[in-house]
Amino acid sequence: MARVFKFGDAISTDAIIPGRYNVTTDATALGKACFIEARPDFAGTVQQGDVIIGGRNFGCGSSREHAPMAIKAAGIQAVVARSFARIFYRNAINIGLPVIQCDAIYDAVEDGDPISIDIHSGGIDVDGKMFQGETPGPVAAAIMEAGTLIDLIKTRGWAAIEEVS
Amino acid sequence: MGTLTEEIFTRRLGREVHAGEIVVAPVDYAMAHDVTGPLAIEAFRKLGVPLWDPQRVIMVFDHILPANTVASAGLHKVVRDFADEFGVTHVFQEGICHQLMVEKGFIRPGGIVVGADSHSTTYGALGCFSAGFGSTDIAVTFATGKTWFRVPETIRINLRGALPPGIFPKDLALKVIRMLGAEGANYLAVEWGGEAVEAMSVDERLTLANLTVDFGGKAGLCEPDEHTRAYLGEAEVYDLHPIAPVYRSLIEVDAQTLEPQIACPPAIDNVQDLSAVAGTELDEVFVGSCANGRIEDLAIVAGYFKGRQVSPRTRTIVVPASKQIYMEALARGYIQTFMEAGALVMNAGCGPCLGRQHGVLGPGERALSTSNRNYAGRMGSAQAEIYLANPAVAAASALAGVITDPRGLN
Repeated sequence: MARVFKFGDAISTDAIIPGRYNVTTDATALGKACFIEARPDFAGTVQQGDVIIGGRNFGCGSSREHAPMAIKAAGIQAVVARSFARIFYRNAINIGLPVIQCDAIYDAVEDGDPISIDIHSGGIDVDGKMFQGETPGPVAAAIMEAGTLIDLIKTRGWAAIEEVS
Repeated sequence: MGTLTEEIFTRRLGREVHAGEIVVAPVDYAMAHDVTGPLAIEAFRKLGVPLWDPQRVIMVFDHILPANTVASAGLHKVVRDFADEFGVTHVFQEGICHQLMVEKGFIRPGGIVVGADSHSTTYGALGCFSAGFGSTDIAVTFATGKTWFRVPETIRINLRGALPPGIFPKDLALKVIRMLGAEGANYLAVEWGGEAVEAMSVDERLTLANLTVDFGGKAGLCEPDEHTRAYLGEAEVYDLHPIAPVYRSLIEVDAQTLEPQIACPPAIDNVQDLSAVAGTELDEVFVGSCANGRIEDLAIVAGYFKGRQVSPRTRTIVVPASKQIYMEALARGYIQTFMEAGALVMNAGCGPCLGRQHGVLGPGERALSTSNRNYAGRMGSAQAEIYLANPAVAAASALAGVITDPRGLN
């Protein structure tokens, strides 16, 4: 069963992966350094499929795509937060890390709670309590359907986005 | 009809465009640097197509310059090999990407520019719509010359009256962040206007546009005017204005009553009047960055340092934002003033701002910086503290070794 890793407000990309750990494009190495200073036990205890619950403005700061890459490579299935910083949200969708905005869940979950998520409907089940996250916009949905932005553009070009705009 | 953002997209797409629409738009230039570039290049190679236009791709070495480890040298090599293979000639190692984009003439009023760096909002100072993106988005632009936007609604911020002596655009930006919070403009464009902005030089406007992303803004625009025209050295008068705009909200700030503003650790919106933190001891003062590393900023600091010594317990690091600025500072004698005062002067680039090269903070240390980020761990140890302020506060604080109000000094 997937478990919750709960974080506070304004989790910056510097907290997710400090600048000095960005000197690689290797996802596995980035995953090992995920939250290395903000929560040093994270990379060692997270298991494939676990979920991050964040507060407001999750992913604020730098545009470094290393941040969602690190979270994904660490094994996180999805990030659910009260709100996301714009560039982080877009980067996460682009590389295939599901991100779901949901305000109500935040105060109702604790670290370690069992959780399951339907990333397409935005439905979230925390130990039997149901929450509804916001569903992705049309472009994000198209990218998620393809897998990544690269997959979408490579297979369908800009027409894929023009037809949902 | 519409906001500056709507006007720019309307002209570019040749049809009326309104906030909320999703558009696929062509861009003038796409920029990446030594940290975001390698990921963008990897993603671009996966597309397996030619580069859209080698003349419109800009690569800058600035975040780690020169390379300080074998790993960072490897990243640089990825960028250099890409530039060689695809004929990219706009490759620079002479300052911060955002300053170079402006200095090298890539930014024009009414343009659309994307950068793989959050502070790409900076170019809005010249009336260009510019936004920061991640590496994958930039890779797609490298391949196609386009990106998609949800055309943002706009917050209009009018800065009223004239700035009093000792108060700078940095204080206005931090005041706005104090009012709106760190995500106050998330997904939105910001228009900076009012008498204080109309009176500002382009250098000063660059500070406002730069800090727009630090309260979430997608773009931060100033109307191009006589200052813009003079700065760009062009005869053209730019006919770009908001026309019957509908704003998401309208914020008024009284510039005339403002105190120096300090963003205190560990958040950009933890802003206080200087008097609340005066006397705080400092281990490091950093003058530089894409927020405040320009010649006018260095002039302010040189004015305070002339004939004085920085505190021996506070290491003071000055990093001009570009080679052009560095050489101008040399010609004006500022560099000599900095060195005689006991400051370290480093090569043009991002400097200590992102904790990856010189000037790293140790555990328990405290810095005051003219940059734009004070998250825990930003400049080194997560147990270090970072205060953000205007260049005059940085100068006075470097001299005293504690956070100091510059207005008592000449």
